[in-house]
Amino acid sequence: MSQLIVPQKTYLFVFFGLIGLTALTTGVAYVDLGAFNTPVALAIAFCKMSLVIMFFMNVRHTGNLVRIIIVAAFFWFALLIAFTMSDYRTRSWTPAPDSWSAAPPTHP
Amino acid sequence: MSDVEAPLHGHTDLAHQFEDLEQQQETDMLGIWIFLVTEIMFFGGMFAAYAIYRSFYFSAFEGGSHILDARIGMANTMVLLGSSLTMALSVRSAQTGNRRALVFFLIATMFLGTVFLGVKAYEYNQKFVEHVVPGLDWAPQGEVLAHVAPGGVQHAELFFIFYFAMTGLHAIHMIIGMGLLFWLVLRGRKGAFSAHYFAPVEVVGLYWHFVDIVWIFLFPLLYLIGGRY
Repeated sequence: MSQLIVPQKTYLFVFFGLIGLTALTTGVAYVDLGAFNTPVALAIAFCKMSLVIMFFMNVRHTGNLVRIIIVAAFFWFALLIAFTMSDYRTRSWTPAPDSWSAAPPTHP
Repeated sequence: MSDVEAPLHGHTDLAHQFEDLEQQQETDMLGIWIFLVTEIMFFGGMFAAYAIYRSFYFSAFEGGSHILDARIGMANTMVLLGSSLTMALSVRSAQTGNRRALVFFLIATMFLGTVFLGVKAYEYNQKFVEHVVPGLDWAPQGEVLAHVAPGGVQHAELFFIFYFAMTGLHAIHMIIGMGLLFWLVLRGRKGAFSAHYFAPVEVVGLYWHFVDIVWIFLFPLLYLIGGRY
């Protein structure tokens, strides 16, 4: 039960942290990091999300049941991305045999 | 049941199926979190579709992204984070039983939400000005065309379909959230919430923070693709 009252100061610190990370992610977009621009942007977004979940949504003071539910949701999302991408991104690796392509139906 | 808890059943805040307020509150929290999981599945499908097409047509998505104004996106992200702060402070005010602060922070959250949606409306209007609205008004010209041409104009249209679908779905969630906040303001003014009973404020708060998290990912994925250097 989240009856514990968090000091106002904590929420303010978290807010300024989030503002700082937003400025950082925008600033980093103007720097050429090669292939790393997207991973860095996503890592910063992940940090921001963790701050919101832990402090604003107060999961720090929530029971394990809620934590398991959150972890399960993210695990499901990871599966969705992993399996979808491993399908779509590998389709062109092996050409399909000619016999698989749809031939016009022949009627005797 | 102990004598201390017994009078609670006469209390209107406690639904009859619950043993006490603590059990009711835990059940409320479990319910909203399960709902948020279904929301992750809902948005997840869209993020997965985005990931596929972005990986297929990266340069077109990059070109489309560069038409969006990253500064406006950044400012609007900060407005939304501010609304999450005031929402967290609303819940805190409810916990401390401060009715006046609760109503103040709820209205502040609604105000910041309105600012966010107003900026969004301005941005949507800009898309019509630039003729980059897929389906309705897709005819990029001049500088805008120069941005989207290298990756393929048709595939850039696909980027804007994702832009409108994802930000639109997010905006619909915000409008629903604003309606819920308004309902909380009405109830809060009448003193429906106390330090013992504030689950509705907490539930709406969790929903509002979730919508904020969706935007935290939409901002870099739509506005900051491939860098601006």
